[in-house]
Amino acid sequence: MSTTSISTYLNSYSKAAPLAVFRVFFGLLMLISIVRFAVNGWIQKLYIEPDFFFSYYGFDWVQPPGEWTYLIFAVCGLSAIFISLGFKYRFAIITFFLSFTFIELMDKTTYLNHYYFISILSFLMIFLPANSYFSVDAARNPKLKAEFIPSWTIDAIKLLLFIVYFYAGLAKLNSDWLFQAMPLKIWLPAKYSIPLLGDLLQQSWVHFAFAWGGALYDLSIPFLLLIKRTRTFAFVLVVIFHILTRILFPIGMFPYIMIISALIFFDSGLHTRILDSISTIFKINLDAFNNSERYSFESPISKKFSLSIVGVFFLFQLLFPFRYLLYPGELFWTEEGYRFSWRVMLIEKAGYANFKVVDPETQKRFYVDNTKFLTRFQEKQMSTQPDFILEYAHHLEEYYQNHGIENPEIYVESFVALNGRRSAPYIDPKIDLTTIKRNLKSKKWILPFNDEIKGL
Amino acid sequence: MKRYILLFLSVSLLILSCTETNPSGPDPDDFDRKAILENWADNIIIPALTDFSEKTESLKTAGNNFAENPNQQALESLRDQWKAGYLALQHVSMFETSKTMEIRFRNNLNIYPVDTAEVKENINQGNYNLKLPSEIDQQGFPTLDYLLYGLAGNNAEILSFYNSGENSSDYRNYVVDLVTRIDSLTDIVLNDWNSGFRDEFVNNSGNGANSSIDMMVNDFIFYYEKNLRAGKIGIPAGVFSGTPLPQNVEGFYSKEFSKELFLESLTATQNFFNGKHFNSETTGLSLSDYLDFLNTIKNGTDLTQLINQQFEESRAKAQNLNSSFADQVEINNSLMLQTYDELQKNVILLKVDMLQALNINVDYVDADGD
Repeated sequence: MSTTSISTYLNSYSKAAPLAVFRVFFGLLMLISIVRFAVNGWIQKLYIEPDFFFSYYGFDWVQPPGEWTYLIFAVCGLSAIFISLGFKYRFAIITFFLSFTFIELMDKTTYLNHYYFISILSFLMIFLPANSYFSVDAARNPKLKAEFIPSWTIDAIKLLLFIVYFYAGLAKLNSDWLFQAMPLKIWLPAKYSIPLLGDLLQQSWVHFAFAWGGALYDLSIPFLLLIKRTRTFAFVLVVIFHILTRILFPIGMFPYIMIISALIFFDSGLHTRILDSISTIFKINLDAFNNSERYSFESPISKKFSLSIVGVFFLFQLLFPFRYLLYPGELFWTEEGYRFSWRVMLIEKAGYANFKVVDPETQKRFYVDNTKFLTRFQEKQMSTQPDFILEYAHHLEEYYQNHGIENPEIYVESFVALNGRRSAPYIDPKIDLTTIKRNLKSKKWILPFNDEIKGL
Repeated sequence: MKRYILLFLSVSLLILSCTETNPSGPDPDDFDRKAILENWADNIIIPALTDFSEKTESLKTAGNNFAENPNQQALESLRDQWKAGYLALQHVSMFETSKTMEIRFRNNLNIYPVDTAEVKENINQGNYNLKLPSEIDQQGFPTLDYLLYGLAGNNAEILSFYNSGENSSDYRNYVVDLVTRIDSLTDIVLNDWNSGFRDEFVNNSGNGANSSIDMMVNDFIFYYEKNLRAGKIGIPAGVFSGTPLPQNVEGFYSKEFSKELFLESLTATQNFFNGKHFNSETTGLSLSDYLDFLNTIKNGTDLTQLINQQFEESRAKAQNLNSSFADQVEINNSLMLQTYDELQKNVILLKVDMLQALNINVDYVDADGD
């Protein structure tokens, strides 16, 4: 693309309705998610009851503030309402991004790709004029009100969705997924009691059909959504796919978020009709927003600023998932560079980690009862992920230093089973984990994976 | 909008038709999980509980006889019934239900070590309430162990607590209270199974954290890890404390039964895994068959065989142990630690390999997944 065509593209405009619809539903779904989280008692269970929380490297300072955690969730939920209404939008979306991301950083035990998606999507939305149309802000501020917005501000959301799907598809191109139908072969037979589908899920060919179908879906759906002729068909696929995943797996609100998000690919005609219906119900004068104006950034600098941030953001999103190439060893085994890369539902890991404490002065040695320090959920996550194991070992070191062992040595005897393989020793049991520093370098103390998984 | 309603309708139709045009799979592929639950309930759990409740009934009778006439013969008979009951308990202890949790069945019957100071105070003061959670270590089989074997160095001195001591009637009453409570708690559990819970259990054959299979398997592994591996072997051997703790042995006061109790419990867990009917050579469907059906273990060896082999290794190692584990940890603890290591290997096979194959989560948190 030449520079002139780039600048032509950056100066082209589209109807603002698609982004406005996206904003309204995004806020609404986020509100429902937060309320659902609270109603399920998960705030208490995940962020208040545990005594110890696992931190992302460099984010140890983010800790749940006890009962105040409820306040963070309340702020997050309130900002979602503001986003939906388009009221004080910029302030609301920044608040949402910060509070939501803070919640996710509090304990990496709960990490999900979906949550990461919400975090970065809300970050992106800070720089998009989602409140120029069909919003309280636009109704109150004629200068802001615009029927047309730069096309790239809508395409940015499409590009993010494109990356999520396509990268998730690329990650499925591995021998476990395609040729062993793993881990679907483990997961699907356990769903025997689902009406109609239950018996089918026992069959090997169904596992393979799901595996290949899933990979094909992820790789092709962004294109099918982009091409006008296949769009409606693609949307039907989106609905089927996500409803199926909702039935088969415990994935909460995510299917609905993806189904609603996919609407952004449609022409503005559809979005105008949606806004029409909403307007009729709530007696809003939609025409008042149709002022034929084009959205203009507050200043040329703020436009440049937004564009550069979004540009860097996407460069990062395109490259970051490939950081695993910098680490030796099997990605699924070491999980170095596994997170934040749209690797969804690829591995089934079960593990067991038994920590041995040795007092070098007395040569006294004993094993740790993990349930004294961690919840069952935390223990499960810890036992299969090396960075968790190391962080926990350091926590134990500190605990026993405070309980009479001046210089404890901590060893772990651990076993992990990956995608139906026999369990195998995971961490070198001869390594005193208190001598290992936490960092992002390759973890040499993970024992090698005695098999090969081919593919990306 | 109408177009989209139509779209949603056609989609749901599509999902339905997809499933209906394809006939469900051939029968051999269709493993009947409900049959596992039926086998567990009808051939293992309820028979074992029935047997145990007969034994606790006899224990109660023997306890009352002893209280009426505390002589050497009555003491011997009470000890026999106590031992028979303690061994039978090993076959029912692992089966948790909401009823057993509500009445703290396992803890009320078998928490050790005994708090002997509190037991003496209960007897002397008379103001005890065995229903309190704080008094779980002052009752059940371990406290009877103390009262029947541990009060003094020989039988004559022990008997003197019951027939000539200043508060001998309080001692006799306490024994009666303990055997009565053991029997009535057992009746509560058995009645629960016999009056409706059996059907509820068998019909809860779905999947998910609250289904019967998931809960039973989690409880089974919990029992194996905490009560069998740690409670009977690991804790006395000092695995978690660094130094051996002989007083934490099961059956500490009677001395000679700790190995027998352990082996009985090991057999009971293995029988459950294989679906072996209670007190019979017949086997029915259980986890071993379910694993064989799923057979997701890829590198040639089958998991059922590995787990059974490891049960045998543990048993073989334990054969060399002294019948009194308290003596064993003091004389040669390394043999005890070796037994622990063998038991530990099966924790990995059960908790990692088996749970993965069965796709049962170790945690009950039903949080979202990816």
